[in-house]
Parts: sequence; C-alpha cells; structure tokens
Amino acid sequence: MSKLVKLKKGFDINLAGKAALELADFASAQTFAIKPTDFLGIQRPKVLVNEGDTVKAGTPILFDKAMDQVKYVAPVSGEIVEVKRGEKRKLLEIKILADKETTFEDLGKIDLGKVDRESLKAKLAESGVWPNLIQRPFGIVANPADTPKAIFISAFDSSPLAPDYGFTLQGEDQYFQAGLDALAKLTDGKVHLNVDGSKNVPAIFANAKGVEINKISGPHPAGNVGVQIHHLDPINKGDIAWTISPVGVVQIGKLVLNGVFDASKVIAITGSELTKTGYVKTVSGASVSTFVKGNLNSGHVRVISGNVLTGEKISLEGYLGFYHNQVTVIPEGDYEEFLGWLKPTTSKLSFHKAIGMFSFMNKGEFKVDTNTHGEERPFVVSGVFEKVLPMDILPTYLFKAIIAEDFDEMEELGLYEIVEEDVALCEFVDPSKNELQELVRSGIELLMYS
Amino acid sequence: MKALQNLFDSIKPNFEKGGKWEKFYTLYEGHRTIAFAPDLVTKAKGAQIKDATDLKRVMITVVIAMIPALIFGILNVGEQHFLAIGESAGFGDKVLFGLISVLPILIVSYGVGLVTEFIFCVVRNHPVSEGFLVSGMLIALVMPPHIPLWQVALATIFAVVIGKEVFGGTGMNILNVAMTARAFLYFAYPAQISGDQVWTYLGDKAAVDGFSGATALGVAYGASTEGTPVVEALASHNAALGADFSFMNMFMGWIPGSIGETSTLMALIGAVILIYTGVASWKIIVGGFGGAYAMGLLMNALAVNEYMAMPAQYHLVMGGLAFGVVFMATDPVSAAQTETGKWIYGILIGFMTVVIRVTNPAYPEGIMLAVLLMNVFAPLIDYYVVKANKTRRLQRATV
Repeated sequence: MSKLVKLKKGFDINLAGKAALELADFASAQTFAIKPTDFLGIQRPKVLVNEGDTVKAGTPILFDKAMDQVKYVAPVSGEIVEVKRGEKRKLLEIKILADKETTFEDLGKIDLGKVDRESLKAKLAESGVWPNLIQRPFGIVANPADTPKAIFISAFDSSPLAPDYGFTLQGEDQYFQAGLDALAKLTDGKVHLNVDGSKNVPAIFANAKGVEINKISGPHPAGNVGVQIHHLDPINKGDIAWTISPVGVVQIGKLVLNGVFDASKVIAITGSELTKTGYVKTVSGASVSTFVKGNLNSGHVRVISGNVLTGEKISLEGYLGFYHNQVTVIPEGDYEEFLGWLKPTTSKLSFHKAIGMFSFMNKGEFKVDTNTHGEERPFVVSGVFEKVLPMDILPTYLFKAIIAEDFDEMEELGLYEIVEEDVALCEFVDPSKNELQELVRSGIELLMYS
Repeated sequence: MKALQNLFDSIKPNFEKGGKWEKFYTLYEGHRTIAFAPDLVTKAKGAQIKDATDLKRVMITVVIAMIPALIFGILNVGEQHFLAIGESAGFGDKVLFGLISVLPILIVSYGVGLVTEFIFCVVRNHPVSEGFLVSGMLIALVMPPHIPLWQVALATIFAVVIGKEVFGGTGMNILNVAMTARAFLYFAYPAQISGDQVWTYLGDKAAVDGFSGATALGVAYGASTEGTPVVEALASHNAALGADFSFMNMFMGWIPGSIGETSTLMALIGAVILIYTGVASWKIIVGGFGGAYAMGLLMNALAVNEYMAMPAQYHLVMGGLAFGVVFMATDPVSAAQTETGKWIYGILIGFMTVVIRVTNPAYPEGIMLAVLLMNVFAPLIDYYVVKANKTRRLQRATV
C-alpha cells in the first residue's frame, strides 16, 4: 500500500539565490576529484593509481581494505594529476585532469532478466555505482554482503535552494526505470519511491513501475529519506535498509542499459553571492571553479558543496562532493556587530520570535551569511529541537546520551534512525549553537566501532 | 563603534595566552560579546548557516517580559507606603519612594550576582553565561521591599553558588536560581521575610490607625482559624483605608507583597510576551493556573474550614502564584523538558501551591515550595516520558 504522510513539524528556509529552471551557459569543468572523505564508513582507503596514470571513466581509483569488493572509480577519463594527502598521510583528494572527450571503460551491459542477486551485487560493486547505496542505520556506504529489508528513495530535496529533480533528471526516464528494476533485485522487501505530496509529481517518478510510490508533504526535512523511513517502515535494532538518491538510481540505470559508469548529472548553481545562478550539466566530482569564479557579487564568500544545512565548505577551486547535486555560495560572516544580540531586525532569518526577531513577518527571501550569531552554550532552551524534527524521537535526550557516551540510551532513544542531515535543522535553530551534526556522527561512530 | 572595537582590540593582548591578565580572558570575552555579537563563523562541515537568535536574545526577552511587573512594583511600593502611614501623596512621590526602595535591591542583586558569577567563570575558566541576566531581575522582584540589603546579597551569593555554579553553571542547575535565593532567606531569616512589617515600608513614621501590613495569604489563613468567611475577611481588611483585598485589587496588585509579585495583571502581560515569543512554555503556564484552579475547586468540594471554602479563583490572584507560574516555573533549565512532562509539571505546581497554602500554616506562600519541589521532581517526570518513548520504539520492533 502506498502511503500518504503529512508532516507538520519543520522549517523551510527561504534563501535568496534560487536557480531558475534552465540550463545556464557555464564553462565546463576541467578537473575532477574523488574525495574519500565523502564516503562515510571507509576505514582504510587504498589508492590503485599513481600520479601520471591515465584512466577512463569507470577505472577503479581506490577501495576500502575493510570492504574490498566495492570500488570507487574515476568519473571521467583523463590523467591523474595529484593524489593529495593531509596530516598523517590521510587521503584527501585524487584529482583527474579530464580529456576533452570522455572515454568509458566497457563494463558490460546487465541483463536484469537473467542476472542473479549475487552477481548483480558484484557487478554494481566493481563498476563504481555502488557507493550511491547508503546503509541505514549509520548512513554509511552499504555492504554488498547484506540484504536490506527495503530500499528507500526520496524523490525530492526539501533543503534550502535544493535542485528540482524533475528538472535535473529530464529525459533520464528509461535509465531511472532500469535503475529501479536493478534495485528491486537487491531486496526481498519493497523499493519505496517517496514523492513530494504537495506538488505535481514529475512524470519520471509518477510513471515509475515496480515500486511503492508514497506521498510525503510538509516543510523541510520532509524530503530527508530518514524522516520518510521513520514514517513508512522504521528501522529497529538489527534492521538494515538502504537508501539511494534518484541521481544514483539513474547512474545504476546507465550501467544496466549502456554498460558504462556515467556519472554525469545536472547540478544547481545557487546562492545569494552569485551574479548568475542556474543549472549546469557536469560530472560527479567536478571542480566548481568554472561555475563560481568571475561570477561573484562580492569577494568575501563561502563556497559550499551541497546545501547550506548539510554541505561542506570548499575553496573556489574545490570539488563537488560525490553525493552533492548543488553548489551554494553565501557571504562569509566573520564580522562583529554592535549589540547584534539585541538589535531588532526583520532581515535576519530566525526560527524563533524572541524580542526583536521579526523575521517571521518577512515573507521574502533571506540573504544569510555564515556568522553563528552567538557562542556555544549548554542546552538551555527546551522544546525547540522537537519542533523541527518530525519524528517520534526526543532529540535533546538523544544528544545528551551521546555526550554522556551512554550506549544503551543512544540505542533506545533512536540513534539507529537518524543521521546528520536529520538533525541539521536542530543545529540551525539551536540558540546554544551546538555542533549537533558532528555530535550525531560521533555517536554513530561510537555505536559502530566499539 | 569602530573606536570601541579598537579599544577592545588594544586591550586584547593582555588577556590572551601569555598576557598579564590571561586568567581573566573569559571576562574580556564576556564583555566584548555583549558589546558586539562575535565574528564567529560556522565550521567547514555541518550547518553552514545558523539562526540569528542566540541565548542572549532569549534571556533578554525574559527580562523585558518582567519589566511591567518591575514598573508596577516600584509604583506599588510607594502606594503601599503612603497608604500605611496615612498620608496622601502624588504619583511622583510614590514613584520616587518606590525607586528609592527598589533600585538598591535590584542593584545589589545584579551587582553581587554578577561578581560571584565572574569569579566562578575565572576560576572554572568557563565563558560568562547569560543566565544571570534573568536571575538577577527575578531575585529582586521576589524580595519584600523592606529587606535588608545584606540579606539580598547573601541570598544572591547562596543562589548563584549553591543553586547553580556547583552544578556546572547555566544550563546545569537543578533548582530555579531565584527561588533558591528566596527560599534561603525564608528559612534563614524568617523574621525579615515573613513578618508583617516587611511588606510595607514605614520608615520612621508610625502606621496609621487600623492599618495592618499582613498579606492576603496571611489574612486568609487568619480568618480561617477564626472561622470567619475568607472573602469577607479579605474585603474588610484595611477597608477603612480603601485598600481592601477585593478580587479586583488583588488582580491589579494594589496589595502588599514582594516587589514584583503582587500584580496578577502584570504577570499575565509578561506571560503574553513569553508565550508569543515562544520563550516560555505555554503548557507550563496554562497547566499551573489550571492546576491551582482545579485544586481550589477540589478544596471547595471537600471544605472543612473557611480557607478551603474560599472561591477557587481567589487562589489565582493571591500571593505570588501568577508571578511564580509565569516566570519561575517556566525556567527551561529546571522545568520538565519533555512536552508531555511540561503539562504534568505545570499542573502539579498549581496543585501543590494551593495544597501548601491551605493545609500548611507554617508556609503561607505555597508557590515557592511548589516550584522548588517540582524542580526536584521534573527529571523524574521526564524520565517516565522518555521511558514511554523508548517503550514505543521497542514495541515497534517486536510487533
């Protein structure tokens, strides 16, 4: 049975700098990178290439010694120009200078009618599409040895300035369906495709076959797959479910139908500090410099791979994260403001209505910078996190359990059901300015590795 | 503002590591962040933007919500004084007298409290927190107008140190800080906080004939032991002076009592501000008033003496119930923190206040002990609410 879930809790952040629904003429990216830090759960990455090697799109670049079936492959063809390491030789980036024309490794098409589950898994794992599959609990790259109880796909992104999948996946219908068909072979349970119940459903999703189409409506984080799972088929201790984004499904579909690892995708270039916003067709791991350089309103900006709630700060020459489908550029906020904690304002975005905070009366778009607007404090105000987390979870108690490193409490209070993105809004609204996403990850790591 | 920024910048090296006042960095930072919202930015990973509201703004909202009660308190202190000595005085004289009585208390509570807090911040090396902005005001408002200032200072130190800092500072305390101060005085110096004369400052003048400085709660209890109907006793109290304890007078607050607590109306204005801004839980406030009213009705039904038979709505306007429910019970740190828990916590505060008032002659003011008692029980209430959540999760797994 398809379900209809209406969520009330949450908060839509209405930022300036939306991308109009059209492809803008940005110059194509020259360099691409794989960032092992994008892939949660990688324990001991091992690089398979050296600087100077030439690779094709689909050539394995690295793997995790702890899960060696899964290969992480080159998104484009070209030359490995740098293997960048940080402190303690931690692997940071493997950069590829792209050829003008991409050549693909021939990975062989997959006949879904004949292939069995194990060989399909093996094929997906070595072809580079596998890391699109994320395991819940914990939000890490799925393990091919597992069989999930169900697979969940959130077909809409409710984050601030998020790309519209209906637009970015235009014309990919057959690949999307092929991807869904492949996913259906990986689980004994259902494949859930969760669409936005408050809007017209794009044809690519409405016409999908062999899946449960659920309608979810409400403010952000309604588009978070974790929130959706909680209301459709929650994860209990011992359960394993997988999640994947529609972009990942298309990648799998292209492997199935064309026999190649084709990581091309349309991403949104957004943010208040760009003179030109819009969508651009590029490839996973692209350098953002051709999209943002020379396209800035001001000099002092923060470039973010992903959205403003869960993204990651990158430099002007930085690279798009594997899971990210948007670049956001906002002003950097390292300024002091005289009596900034007291001044009445309608232009500063706030979830709260404390004295002088009149942003709730401002229905327009907000230009928000990276200032924290206050210092870190112990939890004081209660009942706020609960208003932006549409799950039957007591976030304050869960956070305190993590701080106290109380394993039983973490389990019982629902840490299996959430990952960083689910508490991103809690982190945003927290008047005590705690780093809650980091906290949740540290709790997950405690549960996983000890 | 550049000049002020430069001044801060110029003295900053003294407070940094290796500087001569290195130990006092937290004070430097505390003052600078009051003058200027800090230039901190979000981390590379995680939320890249943050809500514009911080704890300072939340706290100042509570302080602003208390200002009507403070202003009315100042006026009422003057009003009660001139009433008691039987002189008529103009509005200006009353306000002036009120200011002379109230401001020193306010200054002592803030001054002593902040110094205590600063010392702790330096010794424990934690940041100066905003919590005392609210506590300092609350402590002053729950003091009788004629309290010796050294007692205010002592109570404030006790409350900050034993009520808060020993637990780790703002956000960690178990008991409401201001109620701790008040309770300390109540038990340590009962003469000065429960006697007749403290509620109204006579100065060197003698009280006019027929004046009694008792509070409404005292009168109610007295009437009950004598067996006269409480409402009549309240209405005839100081009636000759035109200052009886009618329902309306008590609602407006033209009665003797602690500085800020007398007026139910001003507490309700504060409640509107707190609820509208979302800073205080409406569940606790509604629960508190509702609980008191319900217990009042229950007392009526079971009445064996005149106090129990007093109409239930009188409980809502007498004593410090309104002030306590609105400003003390809603302190988010010491209150219940789960949404269901807030209902239970609020209602029980209302219950307990009336029970203590009516049945316990030693403690005419029930709200203080009710809030402190429920502060202690709030974690227990939450424990069961949290347990119910865990059980739901567990049952889901086994079904």
